[in-house]
Amino acid sequence: MELDPDDIFKDDEDNPDSEFYQQRESSKEFVVYLVDASPKMFSSTCPSEDGKEETHFHIAISCIAQSLKTQIINRSYDEVAICFFNTREKKNLQDLNAAFVFNVAEREYLDRPTARLIKDFDCIEESFMKDIGSQYGIVSGSRENSLYNALWIAQALLRKGSAKTADKRILLFTNEDDPFGSIKGVAKADMTRTTLQRAKDAQDLGISIELLPLSQPDEEFNVSLFYSDLIGLEGDELAQFMPSAGQKLQDMKDQLRKRMFTKRIVRRITLSIANGLSIELNTYALIRPTMPGAITWLDSVTNRPLKTERSFICADTGALMQEPAKRYQPYKNDNIMLSVEELSEIKRVSTGHLHLLGFKPLSCLKDYHNMRPSTFIFPSDKEVIGSTCIFIALLRSMVRLKRFAVAFYGSSSHPQLVALVAQDEIISAGGQVEPPGMHMIYLPYSDDVRHVEEIHSNTNAGAPRATDDQIYRAASLIKRIDLKDFSVFQFANPGLQRHYAILQALALDEDDIPEINDETLPDEEGMARPGVVKAVEEFKLSVYGDNYDEESDMGNGKASDASKKRKTAAENAVKESANYNWPDLADNGQLKDLTVTELKYYLTANNLPVTGKKEVLISRILTHLGK
Amino acid sequence: MARNKEGLVLLLDVGPTMHNALPEIKKVCSMLIQKKLIYGKFDEVGVVVFGTQETDNELTKEVGGYEHVVVLRNIKVVDGDLVDAFQELPRGNFDGDYLDAIVVGMDMLIKKYQATNKGKKRLCLITNALCPIKDSCEGTREDQVGTIAAQMSAHGMKMESVIVRGRLSGEGDQRIMDENDRLLNIFSEKTSAKAVYVESPTALLGAIKTRNISPVTIFRGDLELGSNMKIKVWVYKKTSEEKFPTLKKYSDKAPSTDRFATHEVKVDYEYKSVEDPNKVVPPEQRIKGYRYGPQVVPISSAEWDAVKFKPEKSVKLLGFTDASNIMRHYYMKDVNIFIPEPGNARAALAVSALARAMKEMNKVAILRCVWRQGQGSVVVGVLTPNISEKDSTPDSFYFNILPFAEDVREFQFPSFSSFPASWQPNEQQQEAADNLVKMLDLAPSAKQEALLPDFTPNPILERFYRHLELKSKHPDAVVPPLDETLKTITEADPDLLSEKKNVIDAFSKSFELKENPRLKKSSKLLLREKPSGSDEELSYKDATNVLAVKPVKVEKIGDSSPVQDFEAMMSHRDSPDWVSKAIQDMKNKINSLIENFYDGDNHGKALECLLALRKGCILEQEPKQFNDFLRHLFNVSQEKKLRNFYESLIPRGLTLISKSEAIDSEVTDDEARNFLVKKELKIE
Repeated sequence: MELDPDDIFKDDEDNPDSEFYQQRESSKEFVVYLVDASPKMFSSTCPSEDGKEETHFHIAISCIAQSLKTQIINRSYDEVAICFFNTREKKNLQDLNAAFVFNVAEREYLDRPTARLIKDFDCIEESFMKDIGSQYGIVSGSRENSLYNALWIAQALLRKGSAKTADKRILLFTNEDDPFGSIKGVAKADMTRTTLQRAKDAQDLGISIELLPLSQPDEEFNVSLFYSDLIGLEGDELAQFMPSAGQKLQDMKDQLRKRMFTKRIVRRITLSIANGLSIELNTYALIRPTMPGAITWLDSVTNRPLKTERSFICADTGALMQEPAKRYQPYKNDNIMLSVEELSEIKRVSTGHLHLLGFKPLSCLKDYHNMRPSTFIFPSDKEVIGSTCIFIALLRSMVRLKRFAVAFYGSSSHPQLVALVAQDEIISAGGQVEPPGMHMIYLPYSDDVRHVEEIHSNTNAGAPRATDDQIYRAASLIKRIDLKDFSVFQFANPGLQRHYAILQALALDEDDIPEINDETLPDEEGMARPGVVKAVEEFKLSVYGDNYDEESDMGNGKASDASKKRKTAAENAVKESANYNWPDLADNGQLKDLTVTELKYYLTANNLPVTGKKEVLISRILTHLGK
Repeated sequence: MARNKEGLVLLLDVGPTMHNALPEIKKVCSMLIQKKLIYGKFDEVGVVVFGTQETDNELTKEVGGYEHVVVLRNIKVVDGDLVDAFQELPRGNFDGDYLDAIVVGMDMLIKKYQATNKGKKRLCLITNALCPIKDSCEGTREDQVGTIAAQMSAHGMKMESVIVRGRLSGEGDQRIMDENDRLLNIFSEKTSAKAVYVESPTALLGAIKTRNISPVTIFRGDLELGSNMKIKVWVYKKTSEEKFPTLKKYSDKAPSTDRFATHEVKVDYEYKSVEDPNKVVPPEQRIKGYRYGPQVVPISSAEWDAVKFKPEKSVKLLGFTDASNIMRHYYMKDVNIFIPEPGNARAALAVSALARAMKEMNKVAILRCVWRQGQGSVVVGVLTPNISEKDSTPDSFYFNILPFAEDVREFQFPSFSSFPASWQPNEQQQEAADNLVKMLDLAPSAKQEALLPDFTPNPILERFYRHLELKSKHPDAVVPPLDETLKTITEADPDLLSEKKNVIDAFSKSFELKENPRLKKSSKLLLREKPSGSDEELSYKDATNVLAVKPVKVEKIGDSSPVQDFEAMMSHRDSPDWVSKAIQDMKNKINSLIENFYDGDNHGKALECLLALRKGCILEQEPKQFNDFLRHLFNVSQEKKLRNFYESLIPRGLTLISKSEAIDSEVTDDEARNFLVKKELKIE
């Protein structure tokens, strides 16, 4: 019996008696890029951003190249194939004319993108004419139909994998709005019909065909001539199509390198309300810090991956041992032993999952009541029918009464007190901005909160408080520097983007690392506007007075005392250090005869760390002297 | 170490009106000492009780007066006896005078340390302040308190007062209470003293900081409002998780006669070539690699340092925005606090002006921060005003880190309005929900807010330290049940539930819940876990008392002890279905453990489960079930986040079940052995 992979690895959402709301999310995307390589693609040009003329072919190629570079980071499990049509040479499994599938070694036609693919594709334009060549595939008199061939090849490539687990797409780049224009009569009608039928067959198999038309400045691509039928446009869609297609092209180029995650349930939990009434919920991670990706250790000589082996060694006997089952904590004068089971038992303070404890007004949730990224909660009726109804009722009451729920989240690893904050759905023109549901916010315990602000209280004089005028100045400043449409998603992480850029440059042997625009820097230009400058100046004058010297040490006497001390110590060390002939001492092995204080003169004078035992200090000096 | 030792005197009111609160006081004081035994072994603690019949303190001998104040223990280094001392806290029958106790405590600190130990001398007073203090012969009570407060501040002592009120302390004379509150407030104003009021036993347990942490700034420098305007600030952590202690691994290899054995275990990591497991690669020959598509790109640290992102240390304002633009759930981490540079009055003014203006206008500030020079990343976060309520404390800001575009996963969820009518609450149901949300109130206006995070102790740590103490006396002690008082943190307060019974009943009656009948039996995991009164009691006892015979039949694999549950289910002999159900459930369990890789500790658990499953499948001669499952696991584990898990299988011999283990298996010994190796190659 072969075990059905869909059965045991079934996603929680992947219910066979699928309820209507459970949209299935494909885990992968298979894309075939079909690029028209006819001479017309090389002869027509568009002005590019920097004013130079670019051929349509170049535009298509660079768009795909950009897209591949983001894809390899964002969704590296997706698979792509690139196929040119209207070519002189042919290369495809079906051996059809005028179509060429581009590929590199160690890769199937439709496969995950590799660095090699991206690299070779980047310079394809140089060798294109020599290796692949361009010529019209559809000419009157011949029965050849290169567009038909291309669609056929794409469809055959996309036969791989089931439509259930993968999204399949064909992206077609062309500037020929009337591919059969050169043919007349019955032959034209026949070719049009067979090509449309081929496209329809593909679409029936769950493959979507998207057109990325390239227009010339003086002559717009006319979709209605042929392609509207191929991709199935009707009525209003037809009028909307051209502008949206231009946008799509731009979007493909400007994608952010961002690892994509498929939507999945983190955990299925119950919320017990009272009287044994428990409802069913799913939790999702909507916000989590993205890390640069896991490190794989390699052997620097062979570049082959290494595996880590952990071994446990008894410190007393040096014997190798199994992972010990006991832990200990020194306490009083003893080592208290605890077994792993005992420890997990200690953490198990609650049965079940989420226990509702009560409700509080939102004003009780302070800004410092936060520990970790929140978790999103959405109801489910999969096992307990009626859960969703209760959830919606509670959510609406909480939103309307401006209250949040306090609950105890009894996970086995990290039991914690949480706040459940209700969130109504927010929809904008672009779609759902905030999904409806509750956000679980992890609350601190009393020992997690620190009262640092009280440490520096001034008990004699009281803390300075701003006057009404100062507050008024601050308010006008705030009005001046207002970020109206601020959204938390608007900044890319410059550190991470830099990381991806470096990775790409190294993987593709690029000479220079693409520049990363640090979007998190303040808007210098905006800050320099006269209105802003004036508001800042007025506020400054109002709180600091007019004789304020920022660098003066009017602030903390203690800190500057310490720094003065450090400075004199350093000067002293330089002086003392000059009294010794260090290279001589080192050569004669006499460093060990000096005291630690004396050794530190050298270290301080040379700005080296002064920590560690005597041997460490000596070896540091020797290293510095180059011995 | 010793330089940082703290001198603490506990002043405990044990008068007649305090008897209700004494059990909680014992607990919180024991906890305080226990943590000191681990984290502050050199701290010194003295204990003074007042409200006793007896009198025993040095001041009464020297100058007279100070009756009913007993020094239970002079200031000395913490030890185990001190923990025990709280178990026999005397119950007094006189009204205590807290001011006398404060003076006695101060006297002890002064005699012990004189001028040394500045800033590390602390008094901790727990009282209900229901009884009047004695009149002084010179001046009013206010003057008297003022003088003492001045002394306290001159000697650099700090004081924390916990004032027990509400249901813990019974009725008192309002006039006296008000006067005492006013007097205690003088301390707060004149010295570094702090008074907190608690009304519930839980809050009392959380009211005292049981662990001293000296705060460290994460940034000192300028908050730049523009190129011309800077405010000097210091940034600290406002919240930071007190972690469960990391215990050391214990080695039992040393002979029991060796009294000096450390019993420590060293963990050693070796890096071996994948092709040749006998070849160990020295650490300096290792190089980091990052995935780029199917390949791994090696990058040396030197190369990396040369090109990586290197922002300048700075804290810059990006602008202000409406507070409503920042949803609460975007806060990413623990919280920081920005305070104006201490001693810098102008910085304090500037912060105060901004904070108050922001508060008035309901605005927040967006900042870009690089805390340290050489740090490879920036954070963008939101600054919210924190207007001080205490005259002596300057205004400050809270700072929360916000997500970057890469950190937000834009999953789509269906609108509630798209759900069928049967899922939408009707008017009557909505009203029941409204009532529940309104009435199940944890912050009623007349009472103190329940479960205020600032006063809520961590029940897990409390339990851990109590267990540690028990084990230090009886090495065989079992884990104690969760403290009754702390149960109100993990479960709804029974008092509140019975008080609001009508509302809750009305709510329960308005809604109907039922199991989904279409589901296969095996996948019904959730409903059975529904805790209901009696069941919960049973499972609770079961969980807490290791010796107890399991009274309930295990019918599913739970979260807490999946391996035991699995074994129990496999051993049910009343129906053969149990075996297949157990295997199926275990597979689901392992899957869900693996899926939830976010909690790192699931790997260990998943491994245990997998081992148990393998054993079970050999016993029951179901090799096919296990082998197929393992193969599928590997297909899934090609994803890199599961690689660690996969790698940990090898040393445990978790491979296919071979013919020699189970006769039905189609896998030969060789095949089983090679399985792991083969898969490994594939993964590269």
